[in-house]
Amino acid sequence: MIISLVVTLKKSVLDPQGKTIQSTLNNMGYKSLSNLRQGKYFTIELNETDKSKAENIVKEMCEKLLVNQIIEDYKIDSIK
Amino acid sequence: MNSSIIVFPGSNCDRDMQVALEKLQFKNTMVWHKDSVLPKSDLIVIPGGFSYGDYLRSGAIASKSNILKEVIKLANTGVPILGVCNGFQILIETGLLKGALLRNRSLKFISTDVFLKVENTENKFCSKLKKNQIIKLNIAHNEGNYFTDKEHLKEIENNGLVAFRYCDASGTVSEKTNINGSINSIAGIFNSNKNILGMMPHPERMINKEIHGDDGLSIFLSLIS
Repeated sequence: MIISLVVTLKKSVLDPQGKTIQSTLNNMGYKSLSNLRQGKYFTIELNETDKSKAENIVKEMCEKLLVNQIIEDYKIDSIK
Repeated sequence: MNSSIIVFPGSNCDRDMQVALEKLQFKNTMVWHKDSVLPKSDLIVIPGGFSYGDYLRSGAIASKSNILKEVIKLANTGVPILGVCNGFQILIETGLLKGALLRNRSLKFISTDVFLKVENTENKFCSKLKKNQIIKLNIAHNEGNYFTDKEHLKEIENNGLVAFRYCDASGTVSEKTNINGSINSIAGIFNSNKNILGMMPHPERMINKEIHGDDGLSIFLSLIS
């Protein structure tokens, strides 16, 4: 199975990189842009056919290594 | 006194640390991250650098290495552990210290001397310092912006677990002197038993009056007393 995973900074955590990207886009003329936050995207291939098992494995990976839960949130984007 | 310095691919302050420790007669061993046995140590140091190229998050990969399992075991028995810069980031990633080190507020790598206010001296690392003493050390980092949740912040502030704060030469702590944007200007913290110190500034770079200053010596002197 292929799992797509998105990791973003929590809303309460300042995202200076996102802010800089946002102000650059604002300067480029995108005046309607009101907020931008950046994150990480992972594609994880597992030798696993059971969807819920795969989801649990990825969740465990997130909690053990991929995500620092003090500052980051994660969301499984898709499981195929 | 026996010390061990843990070396990862990408560590670059390990030898400076060795010079500092040996200057104070520590019998030091360099320990490679793949090793699974630690020599008998009265102090374990995780030095600065860019372990594993800062992949994923600074310190995240190193925190899962073989030798760190041993370091965690010894840390829990009370052995003093010092993590400097990337070493602090690694200690955070192991969970031995709580919080996170975010990118500097300015988004710039900052390499400069800073003034620090000593916040707590009732511990193994700062006994030769005085409370509120101002010391000058050097920082060189991109991710040193300390952050933690409200609950933990309250816990470290109320229990004397903040080691140092960024300040100016006169000791004023303000947003202006908060060089990297750290919450409450925190430059270093202890665990609840105070046998683990994580700090962004580099004491090993200030060990000689003739070469830029020796304010870092007090930390190593505290450890041998």
